[in-house]
Amino acid sequence: MYNASALRKGLKLQFDNEPYVIVDFQFSKPGKGQALYRCKIKNMITGAIVDRTFRSVDTFQSADLEERKMQYLYNQEDEFYFMDVENYEQIMLTADQAGDAKNYLIDNLEVDILLFGERPIGITPPNFVDLTVTKADPWVKGDSVSGDSKPVTLETGYELRVPPFIEEGIKITVDTRTGEYVTRVKE
Amino acid sequence: MSPGSRNSSPLEEPNRLAARKPYLWLRSRIIQTIRRFFMEREYLEVDTPYLIPAPAPELHIDAIPAGDLFLHTSPELCMKRLLAAGFPKIFQLGKCFREGERGSSHLPEFTMLEWYRAGIDYRGLMEECEDLILFVSENLELGRTVTFQGREVALERPWPRLTVRKAFERYTSIPMEEALKSDRFDECLAFDIEPRLGAPKPVFLCDYPAPLAALSRLKPEDPSVAERFELYLGRGLELANAFSELTDAEEQRHRFLLESENRRALGKKAYPIADKFIEALPMMPASAGIALGVDRLVMFFADTAAIDDVVTFTPEDL
Repeated sequence: MYNASALRKGLKLQFDNEPYVIVDFQFSKPGKGQALYRCKIKNMITGAIVDRTFRSVDTFQSADLEERKMQYLYNQEDEFYFMDVENYEQIMLTADQAGDAKNYLIDNLEVDILLFGERPIGITPPNFVDLTVTKADPWVKGDSVSGDSKPVTLETGYELRVPPFIEEGIKITVDTRTGEYVTRVKE
Repeated sequence: MSPGSRNSSPLEEPNRLAARKPYLWLRSRIIQTIRRFFMEREYLEVDTPYLIPAPAPELHIDAIPAGDLFLHTSPELCMKRLLAAGFPKIFQLGKCFREGERGSSHLPEFTMLEWYRAGIDYRGLMEECEDLILFVSENLELGRTVTFQGREVALERPWPRLTVRKAFERYTSIPMEEALKSDRFDECLAFDIEPRLGAPKPVFLCDYPAPLAALSRLKPEDPSVAERFELYLGRGLELANAFSELTDAEEQRHRFLLESENRRALGKKAYPIADKFIEALPMMPASAGIALGVDRLVMFFADTAAIDDVVTFTPEDL
């Protein structure tokens, strides 16, 4: 439990059985009146942001959040399966819950999964992941129309733009925070 | 952290303080000018103890405990004992401490100017307030019109007086009494009224509901309100709080007990009753007193919305 004086940007709390993070915070105290804490809070599941004003007498439940290391196993259509590396427990995330992270899921990749109680609500992959190019148009020398990059498809089905010299079968490093090409992996 | 890495650059502190340098110079000049104002008017500068056994019980102001004592939240009680003992014009510049108050215009440790004067009421203090701010702006050549956060504030006197009741009529959808009853008074004040006060001229918001002024005299012609005012500048910047002082010891003891009870009901610490202060009250002449936030006065003249800019170190910098 927290009381209002602990409120600050970034604090994670639970309201109406959903986890929220405080994204904006303003303290005001009129005259000899009570302290008022004007906050913008973001629902960590839906992403919706709402305005809430709290008072010094309000108390808050901390959000029951836990981050666990898990290994990606496989997917079956829109279901993505992971295994907890400590207790070998298996969990499933839907494609929606997996979000952009599914662009980087290759067998045995270790990721951090954020759990709200028992419920997985987010995946953080490693910042850099190496992936094989499965489809690329050949590089035509002197082709100035396509400029200095071209589209390719990776083993996960993710499409992105890379320098023209990247060809099918080559492994590249991708920054998962931006989704962009970083470098060609030297074998 | 790995060896050779750190959270902040070694230049961060010198750079931060260098950016504050003009504000700190302005602050120093404002404080010197305030002292000159009161010396010219033959006020005695006093320095009452910061460590006190019994802070005034106020529902929403929390003292920071220090051993068996408390850091004072205001020098009010000691200064009134001086008034009662025959010091009719006194002022004090010093630090006050309030638990849990931190925001863009709040610090848990801040600089307060308080002054008390026998023989005048809160109306007299409004005029002296105008005198002081004009004296500062004239002596430091800060201009008759000050721009604060994009709004022009003309300091020519007189400054409008607006009752709290009128402010509710003008700026909120519910009357003052109803806001009090439904416990929405503070929200209405903070979000609907305050942001509209202080431009194009400073405003004295006055005549607060009686229950919101534990140390103030009630208005003889309307005892539902107290002779209390707050001064607002610019964009809702609350600068000062003042009263016609209550001098009835019996009534004061009753209000302190009531306020202590209210604190307990909110689950807050109740302080010992300030007996020596109450015993001195019958000797206190009719008078008025005011507390003015010096950091905020500097914010106003420096045109900054962040109290952090006008102090050397914030709690987070330490």
